[in-house]
Amino acid sequence: MSMAEPRPLTPSPVAERRPVYEIERLSKTYARNRLIALTDVNLTLHKGEFVSVVGSSGCGKSTLLKIMSGLLPPTKGRVVLEGKPVTGPRVDIGMMFQQATLLPWKTTVENILLPIEIREGRAAAQAARPRAMDLLQLVGLGDFATVYPGELSGGMAQRASICRMLISDPAVLLLDEPFSALDELTRDFMNMELQRICAERNATAFLVTHSLAEAVILSDRILVMKPRPGRIVEEIVIDLPRPRTLEMINTTRFGEIVGHIRDLLGKEAFV
Amino acid sequence: MTDAPDTQKEDTVWVEHEALIDRIPRWVAMLGLFVIVVAIWDLATARMAWVSPIILPSPGETFFDLIFVGKNLIGGEYMLVALWTTTKTVFWGFLIATTIGFSLGVLVGETKFGERAVMPYLVAIDTMPKVAFAPLFIAWLGFDIASKVALAAFIATFPIVVSTAAGLYAASENERMLFKAMGATRLQTLVRLKLPTGLPHIFTGLKIAAVGVMAGAITGEFLGGGKGFGALIRQSASQMDTPRVFALILYLSLLGLLLYFTVVWVQRRFVFWNKSERPGGVG
Repeated sequence: MSMAEPRPLTPSPVAERRPVYEIERLSKTYARNRLIALTDVNLTLHKGEFVSVVGSSGCGKSTLLKIMSGLLPPTKGRVVLEGKPVTGPRVDIGMMFQQATLLPWKTTVENILLPIEIREGRAAAQAARPRAMDLLQLVGLGDFATVYPGELSGGMAQRASICRMLISDPAVLLLDEPFSALDELTRDFMNMELQRICAERNATAFLVTHSLAEAVILSDRILVMKPRPGRIVEEIVIDLPRPRTLEMINTTRFGEIVGHIRDLLGKEAFV
Repeated sequence: MTDAPDTQKEDTVWVEHEALIDRIPRWVAMLGLFVIVVAIWDLATARMAWVSPIILPSPGETFFDLIFVGKNLIGGEYMLVALWTTTKTVFWGFLIATTIGFSLGVLVGETKFGERAVMPYLVAIDTMPKVAFAPLFIAWLGFDIASKVALAAFIATFPIVVSTAAGLYAASENERMLFKAMGATRLQTLVRLKLPTGLPHIFTGLKIAAVGVMAGAITGEFLGGGKGFGALIRQSASQMDTPRVFALILYLSLLGLLLYFTVVWVQRRFVFWNKSERPGGVG
């Protein structure tokens, strides 16, 4: 099936081209086993841009994400967010993991307010409650605010964790395979939700994923990484129009891009 | 019309056979077992006299003594004083064990110093037969309640240390990373993540401690005398009053059950999110 109806081409948010996140000459060597996890990684994220990184296991993409989030110090190089070097975890970095990791003894809304509670205390968290409720509405969980996570499905839990990431209004979203634990249909749906949320907030996002299709459908650019040593081997600009739809997966252009990446990764993806 | 009716269109009826034990209520099963055991007991003692009454009294004798002790307890006589003494011992022993055990558990589970330096000593002490310390406690603290409290607390502390330390390790890598990414301090991570996550473990330790503290208190009273229930039991045993011993033990077990189920009740209030409890509410 081809693109049946001509869709109005929305101007890419990349047009603004204001750099938000700058990574220069980044290297990471694990001293213990002298493993070069990353070597000479250069990367700039612009305001409103969605960038993905794909690569086989061990290519250093998780290490890259941890360094970007301030959870791991780099061996060499610079990481700068909004003009300030990243030297540790920061309020303006939003993170999402493969597991929703909601605390089972807190209700959904309390979980979403957790980052504020940790940084600014209970009173501030209480004050931010209306904002948390708005976020829950945004992801369609409005009726589940006072429910405990044990009663949420996997997809709902991840939507709640999206809210938790957004509550501190971060400058950048770092997404570590956020939907890979979900079933395929839920995952497709969540990807479309993520696109909508990012578009509404003009969010700058960085996604690490194993799924080529997911990377292509969401991204403005894809970075292809290879291991030993971990490095970026190619940058691919995705020229599919926005907003993206799941139907685009069946287009020739989509297939071409996925095929190209698969060729790039080659056999290494399977070893 | 008569030949071959629509048998093929009828649904197959599956009859699920439930085992007999699944069909009868729990209390009926418990009562049934009780009746069987008492019947055999009665047969062996009162009816056939296979067993001497000094070794095992008949159910009837035991029941008579249960009533006697019960009356004494309700009447507020010396047995109530004894029960109250033992209750106090158990209470203070449990409180001290919980306080020290929890503190040491946090030290071991949260700090490298505790894990590397303190834990080996705790393991070494834990492997000792703790009852053997009873004479020491009596020498240090006298024949009053304090030496029994010390022994009870000493026995009950270790399970709490171990379970608290294990509980603090229970938080997943993802949860720790989340807290780190939120910029949580070490104290915040401990109080807001590790301790709540570890609560089910901690309560398991408290339940083991509840059993241990009873054993410690009674052993202390056996060895150190005093006014407690343990001393009463020993006294009755030395007079070959076996039915009385049985009756006293049964009342004592009520105290143990009370403590145990208090812990279970508190756990239910605090760990409402943990549904992996053993069936029947015993776990």
